[in-house]
Amino acid sequence: MLKESLFRFPKSLKRTNFHYCPGCHHSLVHRILCEVIDELNLRERTIGIASIGCACFIYNYIDVDMVEAPHGRSCSAGTGIKRARPDLIVFTYQGDGDFAAIGLGDSLHAASRSERITAIMINNTVYGMTGGQASPTTVIGQKTTTTPFGRKPEEQGYPLKVVEILSNFEGVAYAARVAVNNPKRVMETKKAITKAFLAQLEDKGFAYVEVLSACPINWKMDPVSATKYVDKLTEIFPLGVFRETF
Amino acid sequence: MTNRVLIKGVEAVALGALEGGCDCYFGYPITPQNEIPEIMSVELPKRGGAFVQAESETSAINMVLGASAVGKRAMTSSSSPGISLMSEGFSYLIALELPCVIVNVMRGGPGLGGIEASQGDYFQAVKAPGHGDGRFLVLAPASCQEAYELTAKAFELADRYRNPVMILMDAILGQMKESTVLKKLNIKSITKDDWALTGAKGREARIIKSLFLDSAELAERNLKLKKKYEQMEKEVRFESILDGNEEVLVCAFGSMGRIAKESVLKLREKGYRVGYFRPITLFPFPKKALSSIFEKNNSLKQILVLELNCGQMVEDVMISVCGKAEVISKFYPPSVLPFPEDIEREIKKCLRKVYFVSPKV
Amino acid sequence: MKKAKNYKIEIIFSGFGGQGILFAGNLFALAGVLAGYHATFLPVYGPEMRGGTCNCTTIISQTEIASPVVKEPDVLVLLNLPSYLKFMPRLKKKGLAILNLDLIPEEVILKDDKLNQGKRILKIPMNSLSENIGYPQLANIVAIGALWATLKPFDKKYIEEALKKMLKGGKEGLLAPNLEAFKAGIEFLAKEKTK
Repeated sequence: MLKESLFRFPKSLKRTNFHYCPGCHHSLVHRILCEVIDELNLRERTIGIASIGCACFIYNYIDVDMVEAPHGRSCSAGTGIKRARPDLIVFTYQGDGDFAAIGLGDSLHAASRSERITAIMINNTVYGMTGGQASPTTVIGQKTTTTPFGRKPEEQGYPLKVVEILSNFEGVAYAARVAVNNPKRVMETKKAITKAFLAQLEDKGFAYVEVLSACPINWKMDPVSATKYVDKLTEIFPLGVFRETF
Repeated sequence: MTNRVLIKGVEAVALGALEGGCDCYFGYPITPQNEIPEIMSVELPKRGGAFVQAESETSAINMVLGASAVGKRAMTSSSSPGISLMSEGFSYLIALELPCVIVNVMRGGPGLGGIEASQGDYFQAVKAPGHGDGRFLVLAPASCQEAYELTAKAFELADRYRNPVMILMDAILGQMKESTVLKKLNIKSITKDDWALTGAKGREARIIKSLFLDSAELAERNLKLKKKYEQMEKEVRFESILDGNEEVLVCAFGSMGRIAKESVLKLREKGYRVGYFRPITLFPFPKKALSSIFEKNNSLKQILVLELNCGQMVEDVMISVCGKAEVISKFYPPSVLPFPEDIEREIKKCLRKVYFVSPKV
Repeated sequence: MKKAKNYKIEIIFSGFGGQGILFAGNLFALAGVLAGYHATFLPVYGPEMRGGTCNCTTIISQTEIASPVVKEPDVLVLLNLPSYLKFMPRLKKKGLAILNLDLIPEEVILKDDKLNQGKRILKIPMNSLSENIGYPQLANIVAIGALWATLKPFDKKYIEEALKKMLKGGKEGLLAPNLEAFKAGIEFLAKEKTK
């Protein structure tokens, strides 16, 4: 009895093995997302949008209707879905390259138009799927395959802080940055994602949750140090709720 | 009196789309097609539909993707440079088998080009709307009436084949006003219950995707699409003026087609042996129809292909005619719009050749 | 007013931008449609739209219209000198030219006597006539009056109906002046005839 109440497999999470690397935080966020969908009872009216990146296979894990969007275009595809069927619940699941590099225009305009969609951005400061190239959120000094000597402000400029930008948008109902590298933060992430769906359910506006995530392989770390390194990232990308209008 | 009005080609497209059951329009402004979004911004909300002016064409086409994925009749319209920007989305729409209607009111290119009438996007529309091995069903109206009727029909065709349909027209047709009968059209609705994303209620969750890392699966996917394009052969449309005694056949589409028709009609009145062939579907191209004209008519020695570009459709004509006649390409780049008299001269040149040069045996 | 089965008339209107050339071409095409004709109205397309001459081609026909572009029109309605110089050589051999005498000097027209041989030329002080009725901007409608009176392709009421449609949405007040300008064009020709 007790065992059951402590651990329940989310209904929306498919019972299959993840393809993610050891220590990657994607699977954790997938699970949290599924718990929220279940708890809000949204599974049967949710459409997810898979974007390009490591999580393009999200449709293999989350048991809701899903469509794949071209690289960076998830918020636009989400706009199309929500405008066509306002009764459906729409979420995008994107990486920092997808949301904040190639798709920044789509993302910011969807936010500015106050589209009633929920966007989740996994910020791991690199392009994971293509092999660890620099992304807009790569931090100063960080070595990647395309910044082999570390990101230098005079050459590659500065890391892009998306939640700080979105917190100034009138169309945004909720914007938060969270992490999942310790249990307390996992709980906070779940709270944030719940709130981001409520923003949509209550017709309040665009909702955004950025999750600082580990990418041990491309950071060239073991899973434990990568998880610890996220703490360091929070010094550059502070955690918290940046905008909440309801 | 029937509902006869004087409207622009682009207005006919918008009204045709509404008649065809368009639910959603997404687009970005570009000359010469802005009347389409302007009309849709007023009319769609009235009918419970959605209109969004996107921040770019790339965004617009992906909004179409989203709306189509949930089973709505969605469209966008643009002109050449904007169409280029959408081409990644086109490839996805084809791959995801998502129906939609795309209108290209072509302008002169390449690059920013100009706003003159042009048919320079023939290859792009017909051969390679996006990367990969994908095709559009392409309809090329030549009058405002056709623009109205074909746009409406395009929604049904898109749904039937689960494939994007493109309306390819030029700025003359787009900006010209013409008497048009806004008749009620019998546009069928086709069920999408078996594939659209509506929420996984009482059924398994659906995935609409184009990523197939398994090579056999990807090959199978491509062959499935190929089969669909073959089935589209049923939709081939063309207009022709022929009585079997022609020596020269004139082939042109869109506005160029109707200018050429004027010349052909005038010459036929005077007894010249000249015929007329206007493809309405550019993909599938009416290859069999064109080929059989030459099989049935032994006196037909030449086909004159007229285009407002530097020679594109002529390649499809060559494939269709396949050596059965001499193919002559006469092309007019953007801003060089010929008069019917100019075309009459070209036709006469061909006829002289037929008369005075001994035909190849 | 019933015209022959194959009745077809091709008209080019030309003048300065701002003289209401497109309005006039559109109006005549719309009246044609209301009267049951096939019609096309092709505004000049391209860079010419800005500055210089503004022109459009209107065709009304009993049968379906093939080409909307016309090299040698049956009728020219020309409101300024550059238009006269540009289009007069293109007029059909026995064509009709309706010229704005206020902006196309008579001596220029006379100089082209040989070129204009066999053509029917109507010289109308369109600006003066429209100024007389107090609406100097309606020279285009005076021209339409003259055009209609000469061709009479349909009943006059269709011009009135077309005007009503085109002035919908805030410009209804201009209907009466437009009708007056239309009448002025007709009456001028009638007076000329009796002279």
